[in-house]
Amino acid sequence: MATMPPPLRRAAALLLVVLAGVLASTARADLVISKADRRVDLTSHIVRVLASLKVENVGPDPVSQVLLAFPNIQAKNLAAIRAFGSEGKVKGQSTVLPIQVVQPSGAPPELTFFSALLPKPLEKGKTLYLDVLTVFTHSLQPFPEEITQAEAQLVVYQDSAHYLSPYPVKAQTLAIRLPGGRVESYTRHPNAKLVDSELKYGPFHDLPPFSYLPVIVHFENNNPFAVAKEVIREIEISHWGNVQITEHYNIAHGGARLKGEFSRIDYQSRPYVRGVSSFRHLIAKLPPRAHSIYYRDEIGNISTSHLWSDSMKTQLEIEPRFPLFGGWQTTFTVGYGLPLKDFVFYSDGKRFLNITFGSPLEEILIEKLIVKVVLPEGSKDIEVSAPFPTQKWQEVKYSHLDIVGRPVVVLEKPDVIPEHNLYFQVYYKFNNISLLREPLMLISGFFLLFVACIVYMRTDMSISKSSPSYLAKLQWDEVQATVQKIQGIFEQCLAVHDKLEASLRDLSRTGDIQSCKAARKAADAQFKELSKDLKPLLTTLHSSPQSYQIWPKVEDLIAKEREMQEKLMTRHSTVVDSFEKKLRGQDVENRIALQQQKIAALRQEVESLLEYISEI
Amino acid sequence: MPEPQSSVASSGSVDRLRNAFGGVLCTFTLLLIGVLAFSIRLFSVIKYESVIHEFDPYFNYRVTQFLSKNGIYEFWNWFDDRTWYPLGRVIGGTVYPGLTLTAGTIWWLLNSLNIPLSVETVCVFTAPIFSVNASWATYLLTKETKGPGAGLMAATILAMVPSYISRSVAGSYDNEAVAIFALIFTFYLYVKTLNTGSLFYATLNALSYFYMVCSWGGYTFIINLIPMHVLLCIVTGRYSSRLYIAYAPLIVLGTLLAALVPVVGFNAVMTSEHFASFLVFIILHVVALVYYIKGLLTPRLFKVAMTFVITVGLAVCFAAAAILVALIASSPTKGWSGRSLSLLDPTYASKYIPIIASVSEHQPPTWPSYFMDINVLAFLVPAGIISCFLPLSDASSFLVLYLVTSVYFSGVMVRLMLVLAPAACILSGIALSEAFGVLTRSMKFQRPTLDDVSSTAGDGSSDTPTNSEMVSKEKPSKKNRKKDRDSEGSSPVDHRTEEKLLVLPCGPSAVGIMLLIILSGFYVVHCVWAAAEAYSAPSIVLTSRSHDGFHVFDDFREAYGWLRHNTDVDDKVASWWDYGYQTTAMANKTVIVDNNTWNNTHIATVGTAMASPEKAAWEIFNSLDVKYVLVIFGGLIGYPSDDINKFLWMVRIGGSVFPQIKEADYLKDGNYRVDTHGTSTMLNSLMYKLCYYRFVETDGKGFDRVRRYEIGKKHFKLTHFEEVFTTHHWMVRIYKLKPQKNRVRGKLKFKPSSKTSSMRKTGGKKSPWQ
Repeated sequence: MATMPPPLRRAAALLLVVLAGVLASTARADLVISKADRRVDLTSHIVRVLASLKVENVGPDPVSQVLLAFPNIQAKNLAAIRAFGSEGKVKGQSTVLPIQVVQPSGAPPELTFFSALLPKPLEKGKTLYLDVLTVFTHSLQPFPEEITQAEAQLVVYQDSAHYLSPYPVKAQTLAIRLPGGRVESYTRHPNAKLVDSELKYGPFHDLPPFSYLPVIVHFENNNPFAVAKEVIREIEISHWGNVQITEHYNIAHGGARLKGEFSRIDYQSRPYVRGVSSFRHLIAKLPPRAHSIYYRDEIGNISTSHLWSDSMKTQLEIEPRFPLFGGWQTTFTVGYGLPLKDFVFYSDGKRFLNITFGSPLEEILIEKLIVKVVLPEGSKDIEVSAPFPTQKWQEVKYSHLDIVGRPVVVLEKPDVIPEHNLYFQVYYKFNNISLLREPLMLISGFFLLFVACIVYMRTDMSISKSSPSYLAKLQWDEVQATVQKIQGIFEQCLAVHDKLEASLRDLSRTGDIQSCKAARKAADAQFKELSKDLKPLLTTLHSSPQSYQIWPKVEDLIAKEREMQEKLMTRHSTVVDSFEKKLRGQDVENRIALQQQKIAALRQEVESLLEYISEI
Repeated sequence: MPEPQSSVASSGSVDRLRNAFGGVLCTFTLLLIGVLAFSIRLFSVIKYESVIHEFDPYFNYRVTQFLSKNGIYEFWNWFDDRTWYPLGRVIGGTVYPGLTLTAGTIWWLLNSLNIPLSVETVCVFTAPIFSVNASWATYLLTKETKGPGAGLMAATILAMVPSYISRSVAGSYDNEAVAIFALIFTFYLYVKTLNTGSLFYATLNALSYFYMVCSWGGYTFIINLIPMHVLLCIVTGRYSSRLYIAYAPLIVLGTLLAALVPVVGFNAVMTSEHFASFLVFIILHVVALVYYIKGLLTPRLFKVAMTFVITVGLAVCFAAAAILVALIASSPTKGWSGRSLSLLDPTYASKYIPIIASVSEHQPPTWPSYFMDINVLAFLVPAGIISCFLPLSDASSFLVLYLVTSVYFSGVMVRLMLVLAPAACILSGIALSEAFGVLTRSMKFQRPTLDDVSSTAGDGSSDTPTNSEMVSKEKPSKKNRKKDRDSEGSSPVDHRTEEKLLVLPCGPSAVGIMLLIILSGFYVVHCVWAAAEAYSAPSIVLTSRSHDGFHVFDDFREAYGWLRHNTDVDDKVASWWDYGYQTTAMANKTVIVDNNTWNNTHIATVGTAMASPEKAAWEIFNSLDVKYVLVIFGGLIGYPSDDINKFLWMVRIGGSVFPQIKEADYLKDGNYRVDTHGTSTMLNSLMYKLCYYRFVETDGKGFDRVRRYEIGKKHFKLTHFEEVFTTHHWMVRIYKLKPQKNRVRGKLKFKPSSKTSSMRKTGGKKSPWQ
């Protein structure tokens, strides 16, 4: 290597410091690591290191904790650490060991120590198999930091070929899995060999505590370096049967920055050569039975996404609006609904939500994840149980006709990786009757609205009882009432007309002249009575100043009706006469035909006048 | 013998019940019309998505966002520094705030009720909501003229008239969407005041006019149409106190209120558009005075007074007119704004203001666009006019006047088809309603007449004289009445009796009804088709259907999204003004020019830059602090409204300010081409280069799918610009201005020619590691 990139120089400096620290420190306890195999997975931008340790207690006293050491430069990128231990001659049932940060006395400050607490102390001479999984973020440094569209992305990874441990290590190996493709360079060493895409260091034997041998790999890694600057994940529980999840992403390509132009023609003609470092889609594994899935950003729907679903999962492939090259970023929102019964359960008088913490996107690093659990309005006694430490606080959210607002539990965690996709629980108490609050509110609201309408229509809202318009309105009401009465009388008149007609028909059928005459007499009497009734109404109407519009009509109506009465009477008498004279039917018809027509015309007019008046 | 009718026993209570039932039925129908008007506009949401459409709506949306975020006072004082860089724009004082305030109020109301709708959702659905209001307003206006039947018909027709749909589909968040409602409602209140003479409605009318002024520049139509109608009424001897009440408060209150709107301000009394109203205001008062004096004096004295007043009045009028003319003539545009002038003189814009002429919606419409936009209404309108004359009332004369003027305006500017649509709907509604009325009535009264005719076949001749007698009897009485009083209340019944006798035979009337129903059916089918296919496309997302399935072209948002997230927040983006609003709203970037074309010089500068060769263009853009240049290119997928097709307008507008740009340089024998026949000025212009940069590599020939030929200049390099982003279908291409090269010491003496320096630049580009 002709030039040493800056990170390598830093590592070399660190090495010196560490070695100084080793000299200063005394041997820790009496543990010996008889075998350490480390596998480093560099295929994605999240670095996963699995160290399989065989720990022996050679000292006299039982040991209850195993110390794990990391240089600070690595520890600050450490996103997750997990240890599984099993005691015995052979690897058996392993248990998860609790891990905590410790600062042993005399330890060099350049190292961060974690201690895995054993469930029971390790007796003298006993062996413990310990698997430690550590996950690091931001550990692959792009070098060069800026590339053009056509170039592949090269990254640098640095680690120690020796397992850094406060204990002596008898035998150890290191295997680094690379994503394939070009390997620009790696630290040469007698026991190093590169086979296919796996780089092996070791075996090394009998190394003292705190041995450190820096190795550096410079290789091609074109996997999506999807880094979410911030993700807000809102989980809203509705006891009507839905858990609505809304995730807001702000995603960037965390790899080498693009410099120079972006040419679409190059990208389109050979996307895997000219644009190899970019990524254009992300895959989200949603829970099964997810529904109403949407994918959009602040300017609308993003139409490039695919969805597959089966009984085990729902897979959503989303493409951002444009392919993401190094340094480019974008924002979007993914939302979906889940059935309530899959995620909210009931036990011991409490309900609890049981759902995964992290984002459903695969191989994404979230620098800041905020999970908001919106509980239904009226939830009480809220408790959260998360599998790892998070910042917690509570908020109130107002939505959909809320009055007191919904309690929101907010959890915040930095550097979230897929390993954090564990279930967490939110316990709360909620009464089902509260569900009916909003429908009832709506119903009562509409009820009140209608009541208000009715009250408004029925009450007299005028301010001044003596204003001309008010008086005019009163008069108008009076006129209307009178007109209605007049109308009633005319209707009765018409009914009498019909009776006359009916009597005529009876006559033609039965020939009973007497009853017909009687009917006429009765009708005459009725007409007289009605006209008597009509008189006072007409005088009131005439005297009212508001009736000028209707008055001519009414007058017209009366005249027409009179005429019609007369016509009817004459026709009636004619028919009866002719019956008495025993004229032929044909002659009778001829005699009354003209009258008949006039009557029909008059009747139409009267009816239309009535109709018109009723419309007023 | 005639049979007695069964419904004889109907009494007053039954009648009242019938009325109530009619009322409920009417309300229910109106509700259904509302549902129809709303849902026919949702095609765009269903077929595409809930998104703001086109260009101007994006600006309105952005303003609404600002309003909802910062409140009303901030809004009035908003100086927007992200447009018209470096000039900026005072939004609060230059925007018609009606739409924004309406949507902002709706949003605020919903959110205060804890209904969490986003501003975008509210904006998307504002237009459909207001088209519901507009159809109800149409009902009221038509009912006020011709009764509820015609009202319902007109409301139904308006609910789905394609012309209005084109401006009010969900997402089309534009001023016109609310303005048409305001327009119709103002007319309704005017007619209502005219019919009732109530000061209450007059006040409401002024308020409604104020809302219209807030919403749209088209308010000048109202303030000219109503005076015209008042004048018509006065001239035809229909002056009444109701007319005075309908007009005078409107002018006084309306002008005061209009002056409150910042964008109008003193224009409400200063510009010629408003002078007609004041003139008529004066005339109205003179007429009122004359009527008053006429009531006081004896006829003889009145005549004397009349001659005196006329001589004095004429003198005063001439003096006033002379002053007015002098005032108007002193202003360069004769006090008229460019758009108004282009209305009065259709050739004005193309002669003097290319920027107005360049907008497609300011062009005169073609005949098919009438058929497209109002469809069968074009045939029904004449019938409606006839029906308005039977009898002619104040209200119906207003409708006729409205129709006639709006037909003229729609003939000048295709955009004003929108003003014609309500008039056409109302008159067609009246026509249809009357036709249905006549036909169904003749069906209903058919039987007795038929009986009569059959039974008294011989007396048919004696029948007709009576009819004609009655008709002739009616006529003089009507005339008399018209003379002494208005015929408002009394005429319909005469009309009715008259009609009752005008009964058509059964067969033809049944056929007529069938035909009318088929005609309406055609209309409905056409409207639904127009709503679904023609007017629903949001124009920022394009779709196409080909043999291998459904394609979505989402390139605009791809580009805007890229600009939004991957450029610095204060970077300036230059593009043709069409895309200014979208760039500020969607990409949140500062633009040089936008769709509010208030500064012709600035637009001409951009046009000049686009039409100049690369180096000159770079200098212009650099002087404007531009970092990115955005062009729309449709040649790859055949998107016709791209920048190459708009380019001649850039040349024209640029040339109207900067004489070095000559349109002739870009045309060969009067033809505009970009193939090998294109002029070298054209093929070296920045627009050509930015559009076709590396285009030849797509198919090896450089075949332009819009122009349908191979491009003229295929292989060239950019020296002052670099491509930074091109969307998936190449519809939007974004270029970055290259920074100036560092000056190498010693080179200064030689002062190399631009050619060698550009060579050096391209040479330098090859090894980016240096």
